[in-house]
Amino acid sequence: MTEGHDEAARQLVAQFGFDRSRLMDIVQGLQRRFGHVSDDAVRSIASALRIHAVEIEDMVSFYAFLDRKPRGRCRIRLSRTPVSMIKGMAAVASAFEAALGISVGETSSDGAFTLEWTSDIGMADQEPAALIDTTVLTALVPDDVPHIVAALRDGRRSAGVGPVLPKAGVRSSLVQPGPLLSGGHDNAAGLQAALCREPVKVIEQITASRLRGRGGAGFPTGLKWRLCRQAVGEEHYVVCNADEGEPGTFKDRLLLSEFPDLVFDGMVIAGYALGSRHGVLYLRGEYAYLLDDLQAVLAKRRQLGRLGVAICGTIGFDFDIRIQLGAGAYICGEESALLESLEGKRGAPRDRPPFPTERGYLGQPTAIDNVETFACVARIMEHGAAWFTASGTAESTGTKLMSVAGDCKRPGVYEVPFGITVNELLDLVGAADAEFVQVGGPSGQPVAPKDFGRRIAYEDLSTGGSTMVFGPQRDVLEIVLQFADFFVDESCGWCTPCRVGTTLLRTGLRKVIAGQASLEDIATMEAVAGTVTRMSRCGLGQSAPNPILGTMRSFPHLYEAKLRADADISGFDLDKALGEAIKVQGRQPVPEEG
Amino acid sequence: MDDATIRFTVDGIEIEAVAGQTVIEACDAAGIYIPRLCHHPDLAPAGQCRVCTCTINGRNGAACVTPAMQGMVVENETKPLNDDRRAIIEMLFVEGNHPCVYCVASGDCELQALGYRLGLDAPKQPYLWPGRPLDTTHPDIILDHDRCILCSRCIRASRMEDGKTVFGFEGRGIAMRLNVDAQGGLGETQMAAIDRAASVCPVACIVIKRDSYKVPNGKRRFDVSPIGSDIEAKRMPRT
Ligand SMILES: Cc1cc2nc3c(=O)[nH]c(=O)nc-3n(C[C@H](O)[C@H](O)[C@H](O)COP(=O)(O)O)c2cc1C
Ligand code: SF4
Ligand code: SF4
Ligand code: SF4
Ligand code: FES
Repeated sequence: MTEGHDEAARQLVAQFGFDRSRLMDIVQGLQRRFGHVSDDAVRSIASALRIHAVEIEDMVSFYAFLDRKPRGRCRIRLSRTPVSMIKGMAAVASAFEAALGISVGETSSDGAFTLEWTSDIGMADQEPAALIDTTVLTALVPDDVPHIVAALRDGRRSAGVGPVLPKAGVRSSLVQPGPLLSGGHDNAAGLQAALCREPVKVIEQITASRLRGRGGAGFPTGLKWRLCRQAVGEEHYVVCNADEGEPGTFKDRLLLSEFPDLVFDGMVIAGYALGSRHGVLYLRGEYAYLLDDLQAVLAKRRQLGRLGVAICGTIGFDFDIRIQLGAGAYICGEESALLESLEGKRGAPRDRPPFPTERGYLGQPTAIDNVETFACVARIMEHGAAWFTASGTAESTGTKLMSVAGDCKRPGVYEVPFGITVNELLDLVGAADAEFVQVGGPSGQPVAPKDFGRRIAYEDLSTGGSTMVFGPQRDVLEIVLQFADFFVDESCGWCTPCRVGTTLLRTGLRKVIAGQASLEDIATMEAVAGTVTRMSRCGLGQSAPNPILGTMRSFPHLYEAKLRADADISGFDLDKALGEAIKVQGRQPVPEEG
Repeated sequence: MDDATIRFTVDGIEIEAVAGQTVIEACDAAGIYIPRLCHHPDLAPAGQCRVCTCTINGRNGAACVTPAMQGMVVENETKPLNDDRRAIIEMLFVEGNHPCVYCVASGDCELQALGYRLGLDAPKQPYLWPGRPLDTTHPDIILDHDRCILCSRCIRASRMEDGKTVFGFEGRGIAMRLNVDAQGGLGETQMAAIDRAASVCPVACIVIKRDSYKVPNGKRRFDVSPIGSDIEAKRMPRT
């Protein structure tokens, strides 16, 4: 039955040095080999690591890409997002159901296939997209499906699917480069420049550039680094947040596939500035297809002396990077949940203080920055702080990589200066008739045409980069419902308001869409949304109600139109009813450092 | 003024704390009750229920996990906070199955008692009716998962106080459940009825067999005095 699991588990535990904090790698090894983490395997890991089985079950059961029970030998995951749906995912899903003879969510009786939905896989510019084991197929049409399934049945498995459908490979998504993405990026110019300075001078330079983190919350990078450098610890760690989980964003994918050295240079510069010897890149499980290439880049850097001992000849500066693959959990993009995940635990956020800069990975001072932030760092060292502050606004210097997808002519990544208006961005991407733009992903803000003059910058519409554009033919409330589904699926479950509240909000929204809600139901939803926003433990819960609260405000007529026929709407003033909740909403970052 | 003493205000009342204390600990000592559910004085805090959320220096934060700091301004007993707390209690009621009228814990249950204290009459939210199994594999203990509010007190007590790690979670989001360290249920774990983990449950999820109804209904802990009154009794009457 589960023959070999015991032995394999023991081997893996030994391979990772009997280190409990490497549980993620251990269970992923088993998942890859057997398609699940069996009870036998759990028992063996537990005894080899001298921990309890319940701790391993806790961790494994948390991640979408880890299974406790066998599923199909080949896993087909279809990305279900508002963008994939408008690009025809429903028809592609039906084609898969027909070709496999199973419904989404099922495993074929011969155990060959499991077909299921998954959250965004970072391909919004090339939807409908699917993840077949670790291979990504993009821009699918129903006619592709029989060929894919035939190739998989042929035993060529996922490795052979790509060649069957060359057009379905991941395309480059860079539409408009700017200063960050122009010029050399594998000559280590920024790194060389940094190594000529004292580490504290590097931090001063980053501070002078007024660089703010590109992951969404916008914390000043220079300050984060200073706090981290000052914190006392046996080791300091540099972590690159490549979880890129926010639906609709794919700019980190672009950086990792086309500018990896720029990102790694940034990490090495951070290592130098912070006095760190260890860097970790946390790569979302959906991007496993990038892993081999990234490892090759790291290997080449070691050869060139840009990683390892005495980097670029700098005696005393040793720094290396390892890549940790995630396993399907949006919350692991939240920095403290990411740390828990890195330590081989469920991705539940931590309480702060202490902040990661003080007590982070393995309890040591840690700086966690977004992929794009590291790329900016490398460029700032290369060209100087003044070069960087020359673009952007007073509080948001530099440029921003925007991932744009949906109802627009040219989806892709755009490098734009901070301060650009939504309208200007829409012109760039070819979306003259946009009716609804979700800026910053589901956790961000729904923006209606009357607000298209607003600016993309930390001082107005703050964003990690996800921009989803919807035309007049789209059903806004359906889109909001899909965002609500996303938060239900991705809540970590730790705290009550988010765990239960996101579910209640979805129930309420379904009632509205079904035309069964009264005014009182809407007021109740608004109250729940407020509680979830105010009382949740981390940014996920604090921003989960944004799409609902935001559309209640921007598109009140859509809610009104759905009210139960007998509802009394005289004196209906949604705006007024929502005053309090609107005040608190917005992607309010959890207090970061300081 | 000695360095170790931290002074801060809660609803305008100045209180003292020592370094290392959390807001809730300092308030408990000072006789100010902050509603709470997952917190237990003998266990490391987990910050799960969020009922103890206060507005601290203008931002919401859970008092059980926030260290006391010099000069902080804490708002606790305000209508907006109590409204949100009541909403959280309501969420817990509808998330599980809670028929208080015939529950062994009635009158001794912290969830119910907080419902009363915060003025929760009948939940308006739809019940989620989870189908959770009853674990009766243990000779002395029943695990009624329907009542579990995922506060992790038993997990922490088992790990810290009993040194056993009998309990853990599994799953995530609304599907999160309490799990035990054995395939066959609680009966196959090292759990004993005298374990600390058995006595810290705030609701009737962990129930000791043949031990219920010793104190008759109407005379139980919170029938006699509302939850929190023990803490408030410590407070010197204000002049
Ligand atoms: C629910 C949630 C998900 C997040 N996901 C990501 C992510 O995928 N990538 C990222 O860089 N930051 C993400 N963040 C923000 C991180 O917590 C953190 O602020 C960021 O990585 C810091 O890097 P920066 O300062 O360079 O932006 C997320 C935050 C929350 C609350
Ligand atoms: S807000 Fe949601 S994601 Fe964050 S800790 Fe609470 S349950 Fe987990
Ligand atoms: S556990 Fe408490 S809240 Fe739940 S039914 Fe029993 S008395 Fe009521
Ligand atoms: S069994 Fe009791 S103590 Fe344990 S998590 Fe559930 S409610 Fe809390
Ligand atoms: S008592 Fe503080 S979060 Fe539960």
